[in-house]
Amino acid sequence: MTEELLRLDGVSMQYGTGETRVTALSGIDLTVSRGELVAVMGASGSGKSTLLTVAGGLTTPTSGEVIVEGNWLSQLSPRQLATLRRRSLGFVFQDFNLIPSLTVLENVTLPLELDGFPGKRAKRPGLDALASVELLDKADRYPVDLSGGQQQRVAIARAVVGGRSLILADEPTGALDSTTGEVVLRMLRSRVDAGAGGILVTHDARHAAWADRIVFIRDGRLVDEAQTPPVTTLFEGADR
Amino acid sequence: MSIRQSFLAILDQGACYGYQLRAEFDRRTGSTWPLNIGQIYSTLDRLERDGLVERTEADDSDHVYYAITPTGHDEVAQWLVSPVVRSTAAPRDELAMKLAIAITLPGVDITALIQAQRQATLRNLQELTRAKRAGGDGGAGDDLSWQLVIDSLIFQAEAEVRWLDHSETRLVRAKASGLAEPMPIDETRARRGRPARGGVPIDGKARA
Repeated sequence: MTEELLRLDGVSMQYGTGETRVTALSGIDLTVSRGELVAVMGASGSGKSTLLTVAGGLTTPTSGEVIVEGNWLSQLSPRQLATLRRRSLGFVFQDFNLIPSLTVLENVTLPLELDGFPGKRAKRPGLDALASVELLDKADRYPVDLSGGQQQRVAIARAVVGGRSLILADEPTGALDSTTGEVVLRMLRSRVDAGAGGILVTHDARHAAWADRIVFIRDGRLVDEAQTPPVTTLFEGADR
Repeated sequence: MSIRQSFLAILDQGACYGYQLRAEFDRRTGSTWPLNIGQIYSTLDRLERDGLVERTEADDSDHVYYAITPTGHDEVAQWLVSPVVRSTAAPRDELAMKLAIAITLPGVDITALIQAQRQATLRNLQELTRAKRAGGDGGAGDDLSWQLVIDSLIFQAEAEVRWLDHSETRLVRAKASGLAEPMPIDETRARRGRPARGGVPIDGKARA
């Protein structure tokens, strides 16, 4: 039985009114289960980043429903929504978004402390999250001491700290070179395999290929999707 | 593919018998391009004919070893310092050909064609990525050759997806400018011989 972490049900998003009205999303149906990474691909302006902000409760859709771990976002008060965002969701952005004046560990435990955890109690899950991205030895350093790839791994640790299970990643490898980007994707993938779930927004096919499913968005609509084929022996019968 | 040079480069490290050479080739290329033993021996025969390897007497286990000659050694050195030059003639790419023809036909949904292809290529890319994931992070020395080979296949698949994206955008623009009309059969009698015009040769050189 797969546990559904996120469901978008007929989600539409429009900006403006009358002649200036712009439809950013139109009738989006999408689910993400635990252990599943879904890549969203599309051209610039296709609506993929809007989809992520709606899924993360940062923007309220014009119509349709967003359900995160069984919670209907439309039914929550702003305060409840903020709590849900802190406890269930983790965002990973292209430009890392770490706070330079906080140590690596403090950056990771920040969502827990905002949620009322005293610093001491936040430390253990923070160190666990850092260990999961193989950066335990950097806990007391500052973001500026880290490479871009390491900073993004810290952002992944922050996204999953304390059992957060839905990772929403917007072009997380966009600012990284190809080899470093791959290390970050490997970490993201391993967190998902360890029980999280996630959406990976990307325009890069090589990165999308790390996902279990790839959906395409065009003019705000999901057009269709590519799914991982059943396991076959690679290069079987190849005669090159 | 440079099977011949690959064999020579391996034999330059020490004499091998046929099955041993195949095992070495597989080990160094992650078994990506399986060879049958017939191909091994026919290649060895040609190398011997060209004076690049020498055959030894069979040993007690009946293994016939092939050892590199000085000429063979020189050829390996030359191979390693020379870039691989791909043919400048347009390679017959099945997909490029299909798309080129399809846009000249009436009633073909090119967008759907491109999307179906994109999905197929992405599935291939996912499968390659999954194999790569299963193979570790490339840190282990034994796997490094295989990682490089699989990266090469991944980048090729990615290039295909990017080309499809590009083609789709180009098509949308062409349609908007009325430049994507189907091409009816040209009723003027085709002339024999090579067409005098109709495209620039891929190497950019003027034809005589």
